[in-house]
Amino acid sequence: MSSFLSSSIGKKLIMSLSGLFLVLFLLVHLILNSFLMFDNTGELFNAGAHFMAMPVIRFGLQPVLFGGFIVHIIYAIILTLQNQKARPQKYASQNLSNSSTWSSRNMFVLGGLVLVFIAMHLMHFFVPIQIQGNVHDDYQLVKNLFTNGSTGLVYTGLYVVGAILLGLHLAHGFWSAFQSIGMSNIIWRARLEKAGYIYAIIISGGFIIIPLYLHFFA
Amino acid sequence: MADKVIKELTIKVWRQKNAKTAGKFETYKINDISGGTSFLEMLDILNEQLINDGQEPIAFDHDCREGICGMCSLFINGRAHGPDDDITTCQLHMRKFNEGETITIEPWRAGAFPVIKDLIVDRTAFEKVLQAGGYISVNTGGVPDGNAIPISQDDAEEAMDAAACIGCGACVATCKNSSAMLFVSAKVSHLAKLPQGRVEASRRAKNMVAKMDELGFGNCTNTGACEVECPKGISIANIARLNREFLSAKIKD
Repeated sequence: MSSFLSSSIGKKLIMSLSGLFLVLFLLVHLILNSFLMFDNTGELFNAGAHFMAMPVIRFGLQPVLFGGFIVHIIYAIILTLQNQKARPQKYASQNLSNSSTWSSRNMFVLGGLVLVFIAMHLMHFFVPIQIQGNVHDDYQLVKNLFTNGSTGLVYTGLYVVGAILLGLHLAHGFWSAFQSIGMSNIIWRARLEKAGYIYAIIISGGFIIIPLYLHFFA
Repeated sequence: MADKVIKELTIKVWRQKNAKTAGKFETYKINDISGGTSFLEMLDILNEQLINDGQEPIAFDHDCREGICGMCSLFINGRAHGPDDDITTCQLHMRKFNEGETITIEPWRAGAFPVIKDLIVDRTAFEKVLQAGGYISVNTGGVPDGNAIPISQDDAEEAMDAAACIGCGACVATCKNSSAMLFVSAKVSHLAKLPQGRVEASRRAKNMVAKMDELGFGNCTNTGACEVECPKGISIANIARLNREFLSAKIKD
């Protein structure tokens, strides 16, 4: 088992599985967030938020989610450091733009930026709601962030940028996860790549529309 | 139609005395090169010029010069085997370059492929990976009757496509992580698709991946750049197969 986890393919399997787990989480997160747009009184979203705050989910699933993030980040760092070391002397000129996509070459940078976004995002919502526990109306908290006088537009912009970065990360990550598990071939590669792009557009588009909606229409 | 003649080219090339000394770029001028000259012939002409000037010729790897041995390498203007698709450097012709252009030539860059001299790198790491399992241990006999062992056409084609790998190292040179996964996956795949290779498939996948990791090649991040630059068009679908072979072998343990 130890030789498996220290092998390159073993480490990538862990990246894939944790990545796919986070991919699923994003869908759940987006569905709950979409409640923000369907009910301007906030009752629907608050009901969803209370459901997610049930002890089973909060103490059962949340640690698993955080674990998924931590594993994904730690293995990304280990793999990237090894990859940096594998080419001690860089090329004077190298042109990869014709042979691979920008997002596929910059997954670590994109992931790092998404992590910065997540840190900010947790400070906005997770800390006051779940740690300080002094929020009675979750809907109002979210709405205030995006509509508050001078800062509302800034945060709306930051959340849009965060969603775009996440979309680029998913555009390569989704297909790549299946490839690393070995669940791909010439036929399925095209299908999985398309599915990945569609998924990235749905997730990223959804998370872009919600803050824009709250800022301009709610 | 007469071949176009390039009147002047600037060649910026990596010069390195041996594995221990640090190298640097040197710039040379070369004149009147016809478009039909192969890239390696252009280097031959340049070397003749250097020898006549009393300088050390540029050392570079080459052998068959017909695109099948995998000996020639060279990272030309930022691409492995230069600015053309599905070819080795010996099949690259000067008509791909423009009048007055500066051509940058570098050796493969990878920790596992140390430079020996100028543009020559040591690709013994590939041999070591092959020695770890890229073979069939038992004697499978002489040429069998074509229909003695039924193999589906699809499997035979896929095995042959993977067997087209000439081990030149363009995948490692191109990969931003210097990963050897395309090479290893081709060597695992062409045996994995055939009944003669199936017997040792698990052991082969495990040992070859372990050796690849040990030799300091990077981890594959599925950018797909390797298959674009591969002179034989080896698909990264083989990498998915290697992942499958390796993971199922480890699960069986």
